[in-house]
Amino acid sequence: MNSLFGPIDPAKDAGYTDAPPRMGFFTDTSVCIGCKACEVACKEWNAVPDDGFDLLGMSYDNTGGLSANSWRHVAFIEQAAPSPAAMDVLREAEATVSTQFLGMPSSTLPGTEGREGRDLRWLMMSNVCKHCTHAGCLDVCPTGSLFRTEYGTVVVQEDICNGCGYCVAACPYGVIDRREDDGRAWKCTLCYDRIGEGMTPACAQACPTQSIQYGELDELRERAAQRVEVLHQRGVTEAKLYGHDPDDGVGGDGAFFLLLDEPEVYGLPPDPVVTTRDLPSMWKHAGVAALGMAAAAVVAFLGRRP
Amino acid sequence: MAEAHPVGFQWVMEAKKRGATVIHVDPRFTRTSAVADEFVPLRVGSDIAFLGGVINYILSNELDFREYVVAYTNAATLVTEGFQDTEDLGGLFSGYHPETGTYDPASWQYEGHEEFAQTHEDTHVHRETAAGFQHEAHGPPVSGFVARDETLQDPRCVYQILKRHYARYTPEVVERVCGVPPEQFRKVCEAWTRNSGRERTTALVYSVGWTQHTVGVQYIRAGAIIQLLLGNMGRPGGGIMALRGHASIQGSTDIPTLFNLLPGYLPMPHFKQHETFDMWAEAIRHLGQKGFWAYARCYAVSLLKAYFGEHATEENDWGYGWLPRLTGDHGTYQQVLNMIDGKIKGYFLLGQNPAVGSAHGRAQRLGMANLDWLVVRDLYMIESATFWKDSPEIETGEIVTEECRTEVFFLPAASHVEKEGTFTQTQRMLQWREKALDPPQDCRSELWFFYHLGRLVRERLATSTLERDEPIKKLAWSYPISGQHNEPDAEAVLKEINGYDVATGAPLSGFTQLQADGSTACGCWIYSGVFADGVNQAARRKPGKEQSWVAPEWGWVWPANRRILYNRASADPQGAPWSAKKAYVWWDPEKGEWTGHDVPDFEKTKDPAFRPAPGTIGVHGLAGDDAFIMQGDGKGWLYAPAGLIDGPMPTHYEPAESPLRNPLYAQQANPVRKVYDRPENQLNPAPPERHSEVFPYVFTTSRLTEHHTAGGMSRQLAYLSELQPAMFVEVSPALAEERGLEHLGWAHVVTGRAAVEARVLVTARLRPLRLDGRVIHQIWLPYHWGGSGLVTGDSANDLFGITLDPNVLIQESKVGTCDIQPGRRPTGRALLDYIADYLRRAGLDASHYAPLETPGAGE
Repeated sequence: MNSLFGPIDPAKDAGYTDAPPRMGFFTDTSVCIGCKACEVACKEWNAVPDDGFDLLGMSYDNTGGLSANSWRHVAFIEQAAPSPAAMDVLREAEATVSTQFLGMPSSTLPGTEGREGRDLRWLMMSNVCKHCTHAGCLDVCPTGSLFRTEYGTVVVQEDICNGCGYCVAACPYGVIDRREDDGRAWKCTLCYDRIGEGMTPACAQACPTQSIQYGELDELRERAAQRVEVLHQRGVTEAKLYGHDPDDGVGGDGAFFLLLDEPEVYGLPPDPVVTTRDLPSMWKHAGVAALGMAAAAVVAFLGRRP
Repeated sequence: MAEAHPVGFQWVMEAKKRGATVIHVDPRFTRTSAVADEFVPLRVGSDIAFLGGVINYILSNELDFREYVVAYTNAATLVTEGFQDTEDLGGLFSGYHPETGTYDPASWQYEGHEEFAQTHEDTHVHRETAAGFQHEAHGPPVSGFVARDETLQDPRCVYQILKRHYARYTPEVVERVCGVPPEQFRKVCEAWTRNSGRERTTALVYSVGWTQHTVGVQYIRAGAIIQLLLGNMGRPGGGIMALRGHASIQGSTDIPTLFNLLPGYLPMPHFKQHETFDMWAEAIRHLGQKGFWAYARCYAVSLLKAYFGEHATEENDWGYGWLPRLTGDHGTYQQVLNMIDGKIKGYFLLGQNPAVGSAHGRAQRLGMANLDWLVVRDLYMIESATFWKDSPEIETGEIVTEECRTEVFFLPAASHVEKEGTFTQTQRMLQWREKALDPPQDCRSELWFFYHLGRLVRERLATSTLERDEPIKKLAWSYPISGQHNEPDAEAVLKEINGYDVATGAPLSGFTQLQADGSTACGCWIYSGVFADGVNQAARRKPGKEQSWVAPEWGWVWPANRRILYNRASADPQGAPWSAKKAYVWWDPEKGEWTGHDVPDFEKTKDPAFRPAPGTIGVHGLAGDDAFIMQGDGKGWLYAPAGLIDGPMPTHYEPAESPLRNPLYAQQANPVRKVYDRPENQLNPAPPERHSEVFPYVFTTSRLTEHHTAGGMSRQLAYLSELQPAMFVEVSPALAEERGLEHLGWAHVVTGRAAVEARVLVTARLRPLRLDGRVIHQIWLPYHWGGSGLVTGDSANDLFGITLDPNVLIQESKVGTCDIQPGRRPTGRALLDYIADYLRRAGLDASHYAPLETPGAGE
C-alpha cells in the first residue's frame, strides 16, 4: 500500500519507475496585481463554465473561492487600518453623524489586529489546488477517477468520476468540488494536457508579473526561499512560505505560496493535515475492536455452556 | 497602471524587483497602490498644483540639470515686456478678452516676435478647431531668431518667469489644494529629482484619464516642464509616455480619425484661414522657422498626390480645392449637439460606443435618435445600436420607438485577430499584425468596409456632373483585392502610406526624399520609411537577444525608425554622452558624424560646434546644439510662447465643477475652457456661484482591469462579466455613515444631468481629504456598464456634462460634483422630475450659464 504520510516522492510512490521531475506552482503573492488573468486563462484553456454573475462585496473578488467552476481564484483582502492622519479626518467626519452598522466586515478578522498606525494594505493572492504529496481526494476515490500523474500532480478523469463526492470531504483545503449540473468532481489539473507537451500551464503563461511560476518543484522551492530572503532584507519581514515544507501535514504541496500574512487571512488552513493520515491507525483500532468483539463473542458462547 | 494596463505594468514590477521605489499618486487606492511603496492620495483635479509644487521644489532648490536646461530648453530666451503673469492678474495671463473668452497671445511671445502673434480672433478659431493637435509632431510656428540671456538672470527670461510663476506652489499650498501632507509631498520630489541628472533618468508615464480635464493639455505640459528641467527628454530611460485606452490610439492621431487633422499632423484646411494651397502650406511652416517643418510643402504635395494620383497637378494646386474645409467646431461633442438640433443627418460609428463611453450619455442618445440614418460597425449589438428600443430615455418617454426617426444599419466587424494591419503604440512603434483566422459570417474588416463603400459610391457618382462630387470621382482608389470577399491588400495601403516615386512606383526610404513638385506621393510623411527597400519594416520580429538593447529591428518607429525622439539631447552640447551609463547617441569627431545605439535625431554630419549664419532658415538654420529639431527655435519649451490657447504655463484652476473656491487665484476655473451653454447641458454650480452645496461631493471614474472601456468587448463575455458582474460605487466608511449607505446595498449618484444607481462598496480604499479645514469626500465609479450584455447597469458617463479643454476639445470626464443618496433612483417620468428638483435647488434654470471669468470674488 502507498504511504499516507511523511515526505515522499509521490510519482515514485505511485509506481512510476522512470518519472520526470515533480512539477508544480510557486505563487508569489507579493507581486500579484489582482488582474485575474489566471482565472480567465484557466477557464479558456480548460473550457470551465462561468461561476455565475454575483456581486459578492468581498472587495474585488466576485467568484468567491475555488470551486468546480473556478480552478484558479484570486482572493482580495483589504486590511483597513488607515494612517493616523486619515484616522483624524475619519474621526472628525464620524463625530458629525450617529454610528450605525454598515454591514462592513468586523474589525476582528484575521490579520487586522496589530495593524493600527500602519497604512491600508490590499492583499491579493491567486489560489489553486495544492497537488498535495499525500492527496486525501485521491486516497478516498473509489473509482480511480483521481490519479497521480508522472509529474506528481493529481488529476480527475471526468469520464470515470461517478460523482460520489468522497473527495470533496477529503480535501483539507476545500478545493475539489462537484459541479451542480453534472454532479462530477472538478479541479485544477495543473494543465496536464499542456505540461505533457512541454508547455506552461495556462494560468502561469498568462500571469503578467510572474506571480505564478511553474517549474520543477525542487527548483521552485529554492527560488522561493531566495525570494523570502530578499524580501526580509528589504524589510518585508512578514513574508513567509506556505505549503513548501515536505514535513507538513500533507507532505508538502505541489503548489505552494509566498504569503504576506497568516494563512487564515487568505482563507487557508494554518495547519492542513491529510484527512487519510489516520487511516492505518483507524484500521488498526478497528481491527483491535473487531478482535475484541470476536473474543467477547467467543467468551459469550463459552459462558453459555452450562 | 496595474488597473488599466496590467500587461505593461509587468515592467514596473520588474523594476521593483530590481530595487526601484514605486510611488503611486491617485485619488483612490487601486491595484497599483497595493504594490506601490508609497501611496499618495490627492484630490481629483488638483494635479497642476501638485506638479507645480514639484517645479517649485526643483527651481527653489536649484536642482535642475543646469547645463542641459541652458543648452536645450528655452530657459534663457527673453519674453516681451508686455507679458503679465497670473500672479499679477488674479489668475489670468495678459491679453484676456472677456467678450470672446479667449486670449490675445501677443504679449506671451518671445521678445521681438510680437508681430508674429495671432490675434484673439485667431485664437477663437484655433479653439473651435482644436488646433493644438497639430503640435503632436512639431512645435507651433515661431521664428528661430530669439534674444537670450545664458546667465538666466534677466527677469524677463523664461527661467525667471517660471520661477516667479511657481513660487507660490509651496508644499503648504500643495497640501491646501491637493490634500497631500508636506512630508509625503517632499518624498515624491526627492525621489524624482534624485533619479534624474547625468547618471540617471526618469520616465513619466501617464494614462489618458489625465488628459480628460478642462486643463488636460496643461497637465501634460506641467509634466513636460519637470522632465525638461531635470534633463529627462531625448535620453534613454526618460521621456513622457501616454498609455492609451485602446491599441493604436497613437496610430489614430498619426493617421487621424479626428476632424481637424490630416495625416502626419497637417492641419485640415480652414475655409477662411487657408483659402488657397499656398496659404495652407505657408501656415504650416512659419516664415523664418528653423527645423524640418520648413519642408511642410513637400509633405503636403505628396499627400495630395497620394489622395488624387494623376489628377493632382501643379496647375490645379494638387487638388487642394477638393479637400473639405473646416468652418468651425466639428468635434464629436458639437456634432452630438448638432444632431439634437437636427443639423446632422447621418453618422458613422466604428468601434465606438458613445451611448456609454462619452460624456453626457443622454445627449449622445438623444442626438443619435434624431438622425436620418446611423451606421454602426462593431463586434456586438452595443447600446449605440439599440438606443431606439432600450435606452434609459425609452423609460422616461424622451425617445419613443415608434416615433424614432433614425434608421440604424448594424454591420458586424472583424476583430483584431481576423484582419491584418498595423498597430502604433505609445513609443510611436508600428507593429504589423497577421490575420489569425477568417472573420465569421458577415463580419468584415474596416479596410474592406471603406474600400468597397468608396468603390460603390464612386460607381454611383461616375456620371455625375456636380462639382461637389469631383473630390470623390478624382480619388486614387485602386488597391489589389483578393479572396472570396474581395479583401483589399493591407500591405498595399501601407506602401502608399510609406510613399513612392510617382514615375517608377519605387518605395521611398524616408521623408527626406519627399518632393514638392509632384514627383513623389506619400500617405503620411512621418510614416515614410516603414516600407523602405520594399520590405514591410513594421513586420520585423527579430528577438531582442539577437540584436542591440535598443532593438532597432523589432517593428518600425516613426520618424526614420528612431526609438527616442530628440536624442541629440542624450549627448552634451559638445556631443559627448552626459555619462557612460546613459550614452545613447554621440558625435564621433574623427569620422565627423553622429553615431550611437539609435538613429541620431539630427543631421548626421552637423558638427556640435556649428552655428548658422544669421537669417538661415529650415534645417540649415539649426545650430549644432539645437536638439529639439522640430521646434521653430530648436529648443524644448519650458514656456510656450505660442500654440496654447489657455496660457504659456500650466496654472492651477479648479475643475469646472468643484465644491471649492480656487485657493490660489480669484480666477476659479480655466477662463478659456470650451463651454456649450444649452438647457440640456446644465453644469453644477461651483464657487463663487451659490448653491454648490447641493452637489457636495467630488466624483471621478475610471476603468477596472476586468472590463474594457464602454464594455462592448467585455460585458458580452461570461469569463469577464463574472469577475465584475455589477455596476457599483465606492465610498469611504465616513461618507457611508454620513449618507446612510450600506455595503452591497443600493445607492444613486445625482448630478445636473442624470441620476445613476449602483451597488455600494464601502471601502477604506476611498478616504476623505482635509482641505483648508474642510473635509472633502470623493466618490469613485467604474464606467463600463450599459443596458445590454450579460451584465447590465447604469452608465457612469451619463453623470457628466460637456465642458472641454480649449486646446484639443477633450471633455472633462474625470471630475465632477454630485450628491449621493441611499436606495435606487426613481424611474420613468419621476426620474426627470427628480433631477429637475435638484436643478431647481441648485438655482439652475434654462437661462443659467457659468461665468467664465470670476474676477476678484475670492482672495
